[in-house]
Amino acid sequence: MLNFLVLCLGILFGVILSNGEVISWFRIQEMFRFDAFHMYGVIGSAIVVGALSMLVIRKFHVRSQTGDPIVIEEKNLEKGTVFGGLLFGIGWALTGACPGPLYALAGNGYPAFAVALVSAIGGAYVYGVVRNKLPH
Amino acid sequence: MDTHTVFWPWYITGPLIGLYVPVLYFLVNRHFGISSTFRDICTVTVRPKAQYFQYNWKDHRWRMIFVAGIVIGGFLSRSALSVAAKGVISDHTLSALASLGVRDFESLVPADLFSWGSLLTLRGVLLVVGGGFLVGFGTRYAEGCTSGHSIHGIATFQRASLIATLCFFLGGVFSTYVLLPLILKS
Repeated sequence: MLNFLVLCLGILFGVILSNGEVISWFRIQEMFRFDAFHMYGVIGSAIVVGALSMLVIRKFHVRSQTGDPIVIEEKNLEKGTVFGGLLFGIGWALTGACPGPLYALAGNGYPAFAVALVSAIGGAYVYGVVRNKLPH
Repeated sequence: MDTHTVFWPWYITGPLIGLYVPVLYFLVNRHFGISSTFRDICTVTVRPKAQYFQYNWKDHRWRMIFVAGIVIGGFLSRSALSVAAKGVISDHTLSALASLGVRDFESLVPADLFSWGSLLTLRGVLLVVGGGFLVGFGTRYAEGCTSGHSIHGIATFQRASLIATLCFFLGGVFSTYVLLPLILKS
């Protein structure tokens, strides 16, 4: 049941990314060229809604559906945050897609993005192999 | 096609995406994040020996179900991309791209750069294979992407995520103004 719900949320997410034009290579180009507000509006309002709802969850001590307290997962600040962040940014502007849109585009019928998705998985593989040699 | 009946404005799209942060915490008590599935898929399919892949992926099964859903959602709304870029995308962006040699503005993804045929050209390989590789490598190195850092991380007031997001944009602007012109001319 839970898996089915998560699948439906994923399907809805793919539809949102598509109909919201988040999967558009042109929209991402426009964002990095600061030529339109669209993507800043999408990301900015997502952050505001996410932040407000997490404040509500904390204020009222909302528990997860299993009854466990909701614990916000911490992101550590490391050298990788900067180096990895820059590399991802470079790739994002080239493919015009961050990870979510890569999945949506693979389903959208642009076969090149299925190749980009496989390449991204390959990138994660190479990272895992060379991880110990990288500054963290 | 009337674009206004097809597309949702940012103030619908953004808040809907933002709601995934509390909904996923409530349902699976995990943070909203997508790039971690690249690691899961490696672990499940090729079972690499490296330490990085030694963890119980079954604890994160929900993430793979979620991204499988995204692929299906993309398929269901595949007609969304068939709208011409002109009139939707800023003229300034379109003319800058035209001067770099982009020719196809008939949909929201330039087919001349992202088709099977483009994969036979150097620029296509650099954009698709090179760009994709950096998305996977970079997001795992930074331990997050637009969803995990920029949306979930900033929404929960995490300094690392704010810095990560600034780096995403620095990399993206550098790529747009320096690398893309070089690649499109190759």
